Formats: sequence, structure tokens, C-alpha cells
Amino acid sequence: MTANVCEADSTVFCARLNEVSKLFGSFAALRQVTVDLEPGRCYVLLGENGAGKSTLLRVLAGLLRPSFGTVKVFGDNAPQDARARIGYMSHAPMLYDELTAQENLRYFASLYPGRPCLAPAEALKQVGLDPALTRTLGQYSQGMRQRTSLARVLLPVPELLLLDEPFSNMDVESARQMVELLAGFRQSNRTIVITTHQREMAAPIADWVLTLHAGRVASFEPGSPIR
Amino acid sequence: MLHALWTHLVKDLRIEWRSREAVNSMLFFALLVVVLFSLAFDPRGAFSREIAGGVLCVATMFASVSALNQAWAREIRHQVLDAQRMAPTPGAELFLAKVLANFLFVSVVQLLLAPVFLVFYNLHVEGQAWQLALVLPLGTWALVANGTFFAALSIRSRNRELLLPLILFPIFMPALLAMVLATTSILTGDSDPTLWIKLLLGYDIIFTTVCLLLFDVVLNAE
Repeated sequence: MTANVCEADSTVFCARLNEVSKLFGSFAALRQVTVDLEPGRCYVLLGENGAGKSTLLRVLAGLLRPSFGTVKVFGDNAPQDARARIGYMSHAPMLYDELTAQENLRYFASLYPGRPCLAPAEALKQVGLDPALTRTLGQYSQGMRQRTSLARVLLPVPELLLLDEPFSNMDVESARQMVELLAGFRQSNRTIVITTHQREMAAPIADWVLTLHAGRVASFEPGSPIR
Repeated sequence: MLHALWTHLVKDLRIEWRSREAVNSMLFFALLVVVLFSLAFDPRGAFSREIAGGVLCVATMFASVSALNQAWAREIRHQVLDAQRMAPTPGAELFLAKVLANFLFVSVVQLLLAPVFLVFYNLHVEGQAWQLALVLPLGTWALVANGTFFAALSIRSRNRELLLPLILFPIFMPALLAMVLATTSILTGDSDPTLWIKLLLGYDIIFTTVCLLLFDVVLNAE
């Protein structure tokens, strides 16, 4: 089964997956997934553990190459050639425990030469963290790490934001603040893809809800976002 | 190019300054090897000068493996390597910064080890001592450049701590031989170490170039 939101050939897509399959040995994590992602939309990926959600995000991020099929982002680019325009947040914080939040963000910002990045302090404020904190990340709670991780992703102001379980380890209030932040992000014509088990958390910004089952697209339905 | 390299290097040095994991583990291991060898052999007179080069190089080599095994551990622990792969900077800079950082860590250990070594082995350099300032950095570079590369190659392996020495030591053998023979030549003053120094230089240039060229492939391997 495929899902396609393309209404006209002239539609400009943020990303297009065409018949994408990903094999790990003999195990198929994704099976012939076809999805088009429009700019300025938020897509929520649902599915049980092992359904292929994280693999799909990693394929979109260019961290995994599809075994079969094609992935194109921002026109005709392979994700590997447009990584600077893609922000990817995984389960793990992708940050160094031994550095402070500001040091981590300064480090990652300097890896994007020529791309206008947010100031680390500004990114931390956006996710509701105090930039003046001098504790190293190893001394942060899981929720604070998660928010710092989001700040890292937001630094280079990506056009496609891929978030793997962003609400895990977060209290309800912090998750609500994150959703508000992402809503603002979406309104600036940027695309968001979120995987989550907490559908109700992402519901206010979900334009489309895509459900994966055993690596296949089981359903692709419009959401009911609050605009 | 230098900007990203510097960024990676400063980050590695800052993390090591705070944790001191690599230097501490290497230092204690190397000290142990030096002391054990001094107990196993009679470290006096000409004989100590003949074996000292080998002991120093082997102590450095085994001690370095503990640090090299950890070289990419921090990047793997919280998937930081994926964030680095997403950044639009070439992997070669990340590799070179890591090699430089490891080179500095091993050199610090060698500097701290030197006085202990001189005392335990009762050494007097018979040859030209300044040549040690060429041999040791060149040999260390050969070890850490290859070690950092093969540590990256084995990070996704379950048995990476065993795999690294198994791959690294055979490849490092020519450099180890040149390093030991050059050091022994300098300590005993019996022969000219120039040939071995040239061999080390050639080895470093070839292997560093190959590692730099192949690192992106290793970094993006699935």
C-alpha cells in the first residue's frame, strides 16, 4: 500500500520516497514505502515497535541508504547531499555528556560554516532552557537532555525536521511547550516528521498521520491540526 | 578546512581535560609495563640500552590501544557520530582532529614516562639524543593514525576491543620495527638511525594519506 499526497505534478515536494525498501540482512525494515512530503506540513508517524518508523526517519536523513527505491529531498537531491538542510533528532541526545549545553551547541553550530545558525543561547531559550546553566549535560535530567537535543537540531534552522520520539521522557507541560515551538516552525513553511507513541501529544500539529505496520504504510490519513 | 578541524580538536581536548580517561588509563598501563620489564630483566649497563627501545615502543603501543579503543566511544555512546555525519563538513577533518588529539595524549604519556624510564633502566644515551625527538613522534603518529582509523572501522563491531589490536598490530609492524631499531641505535650509538627515520616518515605519509582518503567511506558505512 502506498500513500501519496501529491495532487498535481507541479507540486513542490520537500521529500519524496518512491518504493523504498530497507533490508538489514534478510529482515525488511521498510517495504515499498511511497510517500511525498509537502513543505510546511507536519507528518506524524505511528506504529508499534519495529514497524520501521526510526528506519524511515534515518533514510530521510540520509543516514541510511535504501536497499531498493529512491529518496529525493528539496527537488532532485539525494538526502546525503542536502544534510545541512535536514535536522535529525534521535532517541539518544546526540550530545556530549562532558560538555555544557552551550559548549555542545557552539561545537555543532561551528560545523555548519556558511549557514546562518541560531545563537546557542537563543536556541536554548527557544526550548525553554536557561543558557546560563553551567552544569555539564551528564548532570541534566532526561527531559532537559531531550530539549537540548532539540535545540541542537534547531541551530542550523533546517528546512526538514525529523524527530524520533521527541516527547519521550518529557513531562506534559514540557511536551506542550515543544508542540507550540514546532507549530511555529511549521508556520514558517518548514516540514516536520515526528515519530511517536503518544499520538495525542502531536495531534494539535499533525497535518497527516501515517501509520506503519511491519515496514509497510498501513494508513495515511489527514490529521486535525489546530491552526 | 582548518576551522572545522580546530573545532573538533578543541572539543576532544576539552573533554579529555575534564575526564582524563585516555591519559590516565594509558599512563598507568605504560608504567606497569615499564616496571614489570625492569623486574623481568636485569636493567643494567649495555643490555638495558639494547632492550630499552623495544620496551618503550611496546609499552606505548599496548597503552595506546586502551585509548584508541575509547577514541570513538564518546561519539557512539549517544549517537553523536550521526549528528557529526549530518553536518556539512568532510569526515577527513573529524579524522585528522581525532588523530591529532590521540597523538597529543600519547605524547603526554611518553613525556611523563621518560624520567621513570631513564631511572628504572639506568639509561645514558650514547648516540645523538635529539634524534629521539624525531623517532618517537614519527612512530607515535604511525600508531595513532592507523589506530584511529581502525578504531573507526571496528566501532560497529561487537568485539571491537579485540578486533582493534588484531587489525592494527600487523599493519603497524613495519613502523614498530623501524621505531625500535631507530631508538636502539640512538641509545646504543652503534649505528646510524637515519634509514629507519626515513622509513618511518614514508610510512606516516603513505598511511595517513590512505586513511584520510578512505575515512569518509568508513564514517558512512552502515
